Amino acid sequence: MQFMLLFSRQGKLRLQKWYVPLSDKEKKKITRELVQTVLARKPKMCSFLEWRDLKIVYKRYASLYFCCAIEDQDNELITLEIIHRYVELLDKYFGSVCELDIIFNFEKAYFILDEFLLGGEAQETSKKNVLKAIEQADLLQEVRALATA
Amino acid sequence: MPAPIRLRELIRTIRTARTQAEEREMIQKECAAIRSSFREEDNTYRCRNVAKLLYMHMLGYPAHFGQLECLKLIASQKFTDKRIGYLGAMLLLDERQDVHLLMTNCIKNDLNHSTQYVQGLSLCTLGCMGSSEMCRDLAGEVEKLLKTSNSYLRKKAALCAVHVIRKVPELMEMFLPATKNLLSEKNHGVLHTSVVLLTEMCERSPDMLSHFRKLVPQLVRILKNLIMSGYSPEHDVSGISDPFLQVRILRLLRILGKGDDDSSEAMNDILAQVATNTETSKNVGNAILYETVLTIMDIKSESGLRVLAINILGRFLLNNDKNIRYVALTSLLKTVQTDHNAVQRHRSTIVDCLKDLDVSIKRRAMELSFALVNGNNIRGMMKELLYFLDSCDPDFKADCASGIFLAAEKYAPSKRWHIDTVMRVLTTAGSYVRDDSVPNLIQLITNSVEMHAYTVQRLYKALLDDISQQPLVQVASWCIGEYGDLLVSGQCEEEEPIQVSEDEVLDVLEGLLVSNLSTPVTRAYSLTAIMKLSTRFSSVNRIKKVVSIYGSSIDVELQQRAVEYNALFKKYDHMRPALLERMPIMEKTATNGPTDIAQTNGETDSTILDTKHLPSITHPASQVGRCNYHICFCLAGIPPMTAYNKNGLKIEFTFERSNPSPNIAVITIHATNSTEADMTEFVFQAAVPKTFQLQLLSPSSNVVPALNQGSVTQVIRVLNPQKQQLRMRIKLTYTHKGSPVQDLAEVNNFPPQSWQ
Repeated sequence: MQFMLLFSRQGKLRLQKWYVPLSDKEKKKITRELVQTVLARKPKMCSFLEWRDLKIVYKRYASLYFCCAIEDQDNELITLEIIHRYVELLDKYFGSVCELDIIFNFEKAYFILDEFLLGGEAQETSKKNVLKAIEQADLLQEVRALATA
Repeated sequence: MPAPIRLRELIRTIRTARTQAEEREMIQKECAAIRSSFREEDNTYRCRNVAKLLYMHMLGYPAHFGQLECLKLIASQKFTDKRIGYLGAMLLLDERQDVHLLMTNCIKNDLNHSTQYVQGLSLCTLGCMGSSEMCRDLAGEVEKLLKTSNSYLRKKAALCAVHVIRKVPELMEMFLPATKNLLSEKNHGVLHTSVVLLTEMCERSPDMLSHFRKLVPQLVRILKNLIMSGYSPEHDVSGISDPFLQVRILRLLRILGKGDDDSSEAMNDILAQVATNTETSKNVGNAILYETVLTIMDIKSESGLRVLAINILGRFLLNNDKNIRYVALTSLLKTVQTDHNAVQRHRSTIVDCLKDLDVSIKRRAMELSFALVNGNNIRGMMKELLYFLDSCDPDFKADCASGIFLAAEKYAPSKRWHIDTVMRVLTTAGSYVRDDSVPNLIQLITNSVEMHAYTVQRLYKALLDDISQQPLVQVASWCIGEYGDLLVSGQCEEEEPIQVSEDEVLDVLEGLLVSNLSTPVTRAYSLTAIMKLSTRFSSVNRIKKVVSIYGSSIDVELQQRAVEYNALFKKYDHMRPALLERMPIMEKTATNGPTDIAQTNGETDSTILDTKHLPSITHPASQVGRCNYHICFCLAGIPPMTAYNKNGLKIEFTFERSNPSPNIAVITIHATNSTEADMTEFVFQAAVPKTFQLQLLSPSSNVVPALNQGSVTQVIRVLNPQKQQLRMRIKLTYTHKGSPVQDLAEVNNFPPQSWQ
C-alpha cells in the first residue's frame, strides 16, 4: 500500500497515512485530486479505479470514505478486507464508531492503524491481538515514567 | 501562564468556526500560544501542544516548527510522550526533512528498550518512513529483533526489514540467516509478515528466489492447514480462516512456481483444492479465489487447472458484485493471449458487460471484446460493438472507433460489409475518429472498385443528413469528387439508386464551402472535389464560377487552390482531363512513406496540397510517391531531369518547392528498369556538399520491376539556405539476375529553378 486517506463526504481529511516519501506539496495535491475523483463517483460504481499509475480501492462507511492506493501486484479484493478489518477495529475500540470519534480522537485512530499495518502491510491478522496491544499500550500511558532501557 | 487548552477543547472550538477566515484566526492564535509554550521548554504540556499541532496540520496548516519538539517527545521517558512524539515524527519528519536523521539515536535506544510497546513504536516508525541512511545505521538492530522469540516484536521486525530492503537493497543478504525458522512459527502475525518478507526478497533477487524454492512444501502445508482446520475464532473471517495469510501465501507460491516445473507440480493439488473448496458467497472467499487464479495462470500449471481458473473468472463475470466483475475482466484481459480459446467460451458474458453502468467495467469489457474478435464471430461482435459505440461515453468513442476499424480491416467478411461498418462508425461517432482514418478510409474505398457507386451514394445521403462531422464530410467530398459521375448516372447495384442531378450535387459541395461547420481542411476537400467534377460533369461553367470566386478567398489555402484551378481552366485546359483522372488502385505500402507529411486533418494536409499543387492529391500521404509522376511535374513549373541512365536503370528527378520553407527543394526520384529482369534489393543513396542538408524518406519499395512495368519512387528533401548550385552524388545498389550491382554517379544537371 502506498497511502491511506480517510475523508468525509464534504472532502475534509480525517486521517492520512503515507507509506511513500513525498513532499508536503505533493501530498496535498494528491489528496485534493483524489478526494475530488472519489467524491464524484456514483454510488453504483465499483470500488476500484485507476488513477495515475496506481490502483485505488475505496469504500464508504457512513459519512467516511476509506481510500487506499495499492500497487499493481496487490490484490484489490483483499484490500477491501483490510479496510473492513480496520473499520472493525475502530468499531470495537470506540464502541459503534462514528466520524466524530475519529475527529476527536484522531491520534487513537492512528495508534490503532499502526498496530494493524506497518509499512503498508498487515502485521497482525488477529483482531483480538491488535486490540489487546492497544489496550496494554493505553494502560502504559497511566504510568508516570518508564523504566529506562 | 495558564495551562494550554486541551486537545479536544481545541478541536471543539475550531469546529465552531463558521468561515475559513474565522478558522484561520483561531488556528493562528493557538499556534502563537503553542510557539511560546515551546520556547519556554515546558515539559509537562509539550505532548498536548504537539498533539494540537498535529490536528492543525491535518487541517492543512503549517506545522514545521513542531519538528524538534517531536524529537524531544521521543526522547522523553513517558510513554504518552513517546506515542505522540513518534506519531508526530511519522507525520512531520519524513526523510526530506533536515532533522530527520536526528531521530536515529532515539530510535536505536528505543529498539532496545525494556518495554515491548516502546520497541514497537520505534520499529513502526522506522518501518514506515526511515530514510536510507537511517536504515543502514539500524539494520543490525532490526536483524537482531527478527530473531527474537517475542512474536509481537518479531512480526514488526519482519516488516521493518522489508522497508530496509526496499530502501537499501544491498542489505538484503544480512537478513538471510534470520529467515531460517520464520515459517515454523505458529503465530499468524509472524507468519504473515514473514511471507511478506520472503516475497520481497524473492522479487528482488533471483538467487534468493532459487534459495527459497525449497520452502514450497512448507508453504503448501501451512495453506492446507488453514483450509482444513476447523473453525478458529481468532482468525476467522466469514467462515474462512485467516484470508490475509492465505492470499499472501498464494502470492509467494506464484513467484516461486513461475517458470519452475517441480515447484509448480508441488503446488498443483493445493491450488486445485483452494479453487474448488473456497466459499464464494462473500468477498473474502472471492479475494482468495482471485489470488488463486492469478497464481494458476502464472505458474506452469497443467491445462485442467488452467481451465478451472478461467471458469472461475467466468463465474466471476456473472457475479452480482461489480467489484468481482471488475477483477474478472482485468484478469481475463491478462490471459486472453495465452488462453484464447478458453476465454472465448465466455465471450457472450463479456459482451454483456459492455452494457454495465460502471465506466471501468465497460472499458475492460471493450478491450476484451476487441481481443476476442476473430473471423468467425466478426459479424455478431461488430453488431454489439457498434451498438456500444452509439451509446458509450465520449471518452470511449475514439478508442472504440479505432478498434472497430482495426477489427473490420482484419476480418471483414465482404467489402460491402466493411464499407457499411466504416460508414456506420463515421455517422455515429464521426467527430471522435482518429485523424488517420480519413486517408485509410479513402484508400479502402478506392480499392473497392465494384463498390464505388454504392459508396458514393451512401456518403452523399449521409451528407444530406449531417455535415457537422468533419471526417465523414471529408471522405464524402473526396468520394463525390472522384465518383460523382456514378452518382448522377444512378448506377448503383447494391441498393436502390437515387435520383440526383449535377446541380444538386454541386449545391451540396458548395454548401460545405460556405458552412460554418466546415473546418478549413474540409473546405479544401470540397473545393478540390468540385474541381474534379469539371471533367465528370457537364456543368463546367458553374464550376468555373465557383472556382473563380474563391480566387479571392480570405483563407490563403483556398485562395491558392482556386487560383491554380483557375489557371488549369485558362492556360492548361488541355492537361485538365489527365490531371483530374480517376485515382488508380493504391496498394498499402508496408512503410508509411514520407514521414514528414503527417496524416492529420490539421494544417499539414494543406501543406501536402501546397507542395504538390495538385487537386487529386488528397489521398493517403503514404501514396505520395506512387501517383503518376508525369502528372506531378508540370504544375510545379520546374521541368524534370534525368539524373542517371545506365544499364537499363533510369532515374528521373521531379521537383516541387516546399512552400512554407522556400529553401527546401523537394525532389522525387523515379527509378525505372527497362531490362527484362527485375532489379531487387534496390537502394538509392545520396550525398550533398557541406552547405546543404539532405533528408531521404522511405522508398515506395525496393524492387524496380522489369520492362518499365512500374517504378520505385522516393522523396528527397534538400535544404539549401545559401541558395548555392545544387549538386549531388548518388550511389545505387541492387541485385540483377542474381548478381549484385553497385554504381556511383554525380548529378550536376539540376535546373536552375530547383535551387534559386
